[in-house]
Amino acid sequence: MTTPAAALPHEHIHRDDVGSRMGMWLFLFTELILFGGMFVAYAVYRFDHPAEFELGAKELDTLIGTINTMVLLTSSLTVAMSITAIQRGKKNVSLLLVGITILLALVFLVNKYFEWHHKFETGMYPQSPELLNKPPGEILYFGLYFVMTGLHALHVIIGAIVLAVMMVFIHRSSINKNSYVKLEAGALYWHLVDIIWIFLFPLFYLIH
Amino acid sequence: MTEHEHQHGNEVHVVSYGRYVLIWLGLMGLTAATVALAGIDLGRWIVITALTIASIKGLLVLNVFMHLKFEDRVFRIFAILAGVILLIFISLVFFDYAFH
Repeated sequence: MTTPAAALPHEHIHRDDVGSRMGMWLFLFTELILFGGMFVAYAVYRFDHPAEFELGAKELDTLIGTINTMVLLTSSLTVAMSITAIQRGKKNVSLLLVGITILLALVFLVNKYFEWHHKFETGMYPQSPELLNKPPGEILYFGLYFVMTGLHALHVIIGAIVLAVMMVFIHRSSINKNSYVKLEAGALYWHLVDIIWIFLFPLFYLIH
Repeated sequence: MTEHEHQHGNEVHVVSYGRYVLIWLGLMGLTAATVALAGIDLGRWIVITALTIASIKGLLVLNVFMHLKFEDRVFRIFAILAGVILLIFISLVFFDYAFH
């Protein structure tokens, strides 16, 4: 198990990449609990109002949901590949792949914008008279829908910003072939955002 | 000093593009499957099938995209622990709720 760092002449830099990644994972676990709490709320209310939740799910556009799922899965692919690229010393390929990831994040957000916009236009937004006229189960469903997809979208925005910073680092070669743990951490965050969506998608769009 | 070498951290594991693309194809296929299944009336099974497919997708992302498979064993233990805690959290809420 020789390491590239050890192969260098006596350059003594204190670095602990495994520790850095572990720190990132620990942070991701707290994110899991944050969303976990909301999934519990979803489960309990769905248990209480199964019929209304099904009605609510029918009002969402499965096509947009499916497209956005594919967009996020693809963005996870490109960010994962960007690490392989930097490991192989292909700086420009890595930059391009992270760039595509950010672009896909924007596509996701634009779709989300249209989706929410359409809901707002038809009078479906939190506390709207239209929504308050509906049975309690549907009010709960749409409340959870807006909060959970909203918090997720916030994560998409943060993730895109983080990845943009990573692009600057790659450009300046502070992320390079021998030191890329920052990019790994950014990618881990991005994958978490993807995993959350993997569960949000069926729960809100498909189960009806 | 092996410990020190470990500090420098890089048991580099390079995952090929091809392997990533293969996983991605699997994820896309599972997405198509779950959408197709939603069109069929599965009754009570619909939640279970949808969550099972989502879990398989999640595991693929965790293991390959997030490199959990290639990390130190302690990463997997932590990840399983986090999952178990979430499960306890969910099941206790349900117990409490059911007997209220």
